[in-house]
Amino acid sequence: MHELSIAMGIVEIADKEAVKAGVDKFSGIELVIGELSGVELASFDFAWQQAIKGTVLDGSKLEISRPPGKARCLDCGCDFNMVQVYDICPVCNSYFKDIISGKELRVKSLLID
Amino acid sequence: MCVSCGCGGGHSHDHEHIDSHKIIDVEKDILHQNNLLAERNRGYFDAKEILCLNLVSSPGSGKTSLLEKTLTDLKDTLPFAVIEGDQQTTNDADRIHATGTKVSQINTGKGCHLDAHMVYHTLQGLKPESDSVLFIENVGNLVCPAMFDLGEKYRVVVMSVTEGDDKPLKYPDMFYSSHLCIINKIDLLPYVPFSIEKAKENARRVNPELEIIEVSSLTGEGMDLWYEWLKVKQQQTTTV
Repeated sequence: MHELSIAMGIVEIADKEAVKAGVDKFSGIELVIGELSGVELASFDFAWQQAIKGTVLDGSKLEISRPPGKARCLDCGCDFNMVQVYDICPVCNSYFKDIISGKELRVKSLLID
Repeated sequence: MCVSCGCGGGHSHDHEHIDSHKIIDVEKDILHQNNLLAERNRGYFDAKEILCLNLVSSPGSGKTSLLEKTLTDLKDTLPFAVIEGDQQTTNDADRIHATGTKVSQINTGKGCHLDAHMVYHTLQGLKPESDSVLFIENVGNLVCPAMFDLGEKYRVVVMSVTEGDDKPLKYPDMFYSSHLCIINKIDLLPYVPFSIEKAKENARRVNPELEIIEVSSLTGEGMDLWYEWLKVKQQQTTTV
């Protein structure tokens, strides 16, 4: 259940941004959580509801974008879609790859009404 | 302006627009704070030429037994320190302490992993010696600790032959982020349906650069390879 730590990390980031912006509440937040990031959305939603209670994010509208997994083969250079971290190159069957998308885990923006 | 793509509107989107008054572009990694502290820990280890290893595994794969055996066998050749992570009890720290090694226990309570902040504060009390090897035994869990950099030089994932040989495929994030895989309890191979070859193939499929060492911390079989790995890495740390 590291999703709770993730949710609390987001609240911490929002707290700092609230001080900088001089507000005590955000009306919305946009997150980017890649499909290979290791975050389970069902667990995250559950943790999120608990983590934001009484914080600057309480009642905020949550939007999550999910970049799909993509990798570049280090042997033949082709780009391919990944569903699992262990997916292999569909062209040359190499195990060696660079993950170029899907590992994202960041706060994109915060909204003030 | 569109929050997602930055456009002024007027063309079709596959995302919903939020009507708002003000948008703060944050663009910050959620693990940013942990990663900063991990780098701080790493700087401390580099300055003191400490080789820090983060040991991860599922519960019961034999991390503590592996450490006990290692510390007992090598304590006269290398200086060691250990940080133990468990939800509750000081049982593991007591076992390490009995080998005569400096040890600190972190109890995470309900927490399922160690983070760089916990390690940072533990280091202040533990004060590991320069040129030593510091083992951090993470909470037994193959999922959550994968995301949290502690500042270690290498991540060592331990699996045992009493687990399935498909473990690397079931928990790929941990195997993907590790440098060395120790397959423990090989003395039990005649009694369990575990294929070493399949396990290695699965581990390399997830992470083709993963080094793999097979050991039994009970009988000592294969431990010489692990000790050799440790000595080489420790020398590299102190001569850089």
